[in-house]
Amino acid sequence: MKFKPLEILTHIILILGVLLMVLPIWFSFATSTHDNVSIMTEGMKFFLGESFSQNYNEVLNEKGGWSEEVTAARMFVNSFIMALGIATLKVVISAMSAYALVYFRFKLAVPIFWLIFITLLVPLEVRIFPSYKIVSDLGLTNTYTGLILPLVASATATFFFRQFYKTIPDELLESAKLDGANSWRFFIDFLLPLSKTMLAAMFIFMFVYGYSQYLWPLIMTTDEKYWTVVMGMKIIFTENYEGVALPRTGERFAYIILSMLPPVLVVVILQRWFIKGLIQTEK
Amino acid sequence: MSFLELQNITKIYPNGTKAVNETSLNIDNGEFVVFVGPSGCGKSTLLRMIAGLEDITNGEISLDGNVINNIDPSERDVAMVFQNYALYPHMSVFNNMAYGLKNRGISKEEINNKVNDVAKLLEIDQLLTRKPSMLSGGQRQRVAMGRAIVRNPKIFLFDEPLSNLDAKLRNQMRLEIKRLQRQMGVTSIFVTHDQTEAMTLGDRIVVINNGVVEQVGTPKEIYSKPNTKFVAEFIGSPQMNLFNCKIENGIAHIADMRINLNNSANIDDASLGIRPDDILISDNGQHTCVANLVEYLGSDMIIYSKIGDQEFSCKLSSKINLNAGDTFKFDISNTLVHLFDNTNGSRV
Repeated sequence: MKFKPLEILTHIILILGVLLMVLPIWFSFATSTHDNVSIMTEGMKFFLGESFSQNYNEVLNEKGGWSEEVTAARMFVNSFIMALGIATLKVVISAMSAYALVYFRFKLAVPIFWLIFITLLVPLEVRIFPSYKIVSDLGLTNTYTGLILPLVASATATFFFRQFYKTIPDELLESAKLDGANSWRFFIDFLLPLSKTMLAAMFIFMFVYGYSQYLWPLIMTTDEKYWTVVMGMKIIFTENYEGVALPRTGERFAYIILSMLPPVLVVVILQRWFIKGLIQTEK
Repeated sequence: MSFLELQNITKIYPNGTKAVNETSLNIDNGEFVVFVGPSGCGKSTLLRMIAGLEDITNGEISLDGNVINNIDPSERDVAMVFQNYALYPHMSVFNNMAYGLKNRGISKEEINNKVNDVAKLLEIDQLLTRKPSMLSGGQRQRVAMGRAIVRNPKIFLFDEPLSNLDAKLRNQMRLEIKRLQRQMGVTSIFVTHDQTEAMTLGDRIVVINNGVVEQVGTPKEIYSKPNTKFVAEFIGSPQMNLFNCKIENGIAHIADMRINLNNSANIDDASLGIRPDDILISDNGQHTCVANLVEYLGSDMIIYSKIGDQEFSCKLSSKINLNAGDTFKFDISNTLVHLFDNTNGSRV
């Protein structure tokens, strides 16, 4: 096989790009398999060490935090619940509100859409105190509901669903009507299956968004039982800094590697579906 | 009482456009009626009001004895075939056809039987597992028909279903629709802007223009005795020749040509219509003209010529040897002409 110079060049650029992104992760992973003494004396590692099972086992099962009650495994569960809840509800709510905006002719539909749209300008960080006040007045601090609820509305997703529904030909709705589909059936039997790709894409984005929330869970939770992975990254395994103990760098790297897995898995699993949907245009 | 009755139906859109104006029509059970007219004449709006997809501004529609003005489209028991078929892209052919039945709570077994029967009838039984995106235009058309047939509705509504097909397939599907309709005897309304489709399909044709019914009749009546100038021009291909003329004591004056109409009419501003194939060309014809252009169509040819400054065409067998620039002689028989009063466009 013969390569043209341009092809070789483009491949070199692509490979460099891949290395640029993959190398830091590889370094973190390699370092996470060494014991703390060698990391302390020799710095970051490129080759794998022998403390893989020990480090990862400690990370997942050792109780940490101020009260020494929370394990990383628990934080993963928390993060997963939070991200899953946020992603699911965001997708469901925005798909339904876009359905209402596009298919139901009510007065003020356009102003309401724009009202939803301008909430993009008010992210959670801007309204964090009022949000906290409301959630705490409702007695929802230190609950999963409190972690999830203030984040379930999404202007972005509503906008994307709206634009998608607008491309669906009217005849489809009319034909479905004549076939006896009511508004609920049309949503379930037509819009949802037709927007499969969109649903998967939105779910991925929103899962990663929910998973990487930092400030909100930090403010919301005083009980370590509700700590999330991203919060833990700052706090866990730092308690032994003082005194004679070595910084637990190996465990912290192991923790970072583990924290990357859930979003990666979601992307990998849903991506198949997502790409399949992109190839078979069904409209 | 007729099967489907439209009484003084009017449709005014929110922006004030009057799409359909005071239309009344009776359609009998089992009849095949074609709505024909130029685009934007309101024929589709009328059909969509029968389907229940458009509100009725004024008037009353009754089907099988019941007023259906306020009945939901799904309960009217009508089936519609759309111009772009509106197949459900994410469902297999089988599910496309079964969907309406499922919503009516029919048992799985019965749905299976019905869909399979109709699929055999339409010769799409090999395609039941495919998605619409894997079908050709003609196959999609059949599936759309199948979806309508399988529900066994009171009325079939066709909204220009053949306009997306190529010419050959269109003729084939036209015949097939006609055959199926005869076979099943279901009342059908077919909307088209193509007068050939209208002529070949309809038991009766409704010619619509500007939201008003111009004429209702069998294809033969409409062709041989158009009620208005509009119908005369719209039906028939090539178009009927219409000469502006003055009529004095039953004699039409077209430039320096005189045609005796054998009546005693006196109209200042009239149109004299004659179909291109009704102009009789013969060596001892009364009138003489020059052929400006000759269009060869295989078995026929069309000659374009002028009387005074008014263009006209005649259609004749291409066996006659006539070329552009030649003169030819012809007769216009007063039994074959159509006379319209230009002030209101109606037949005299």
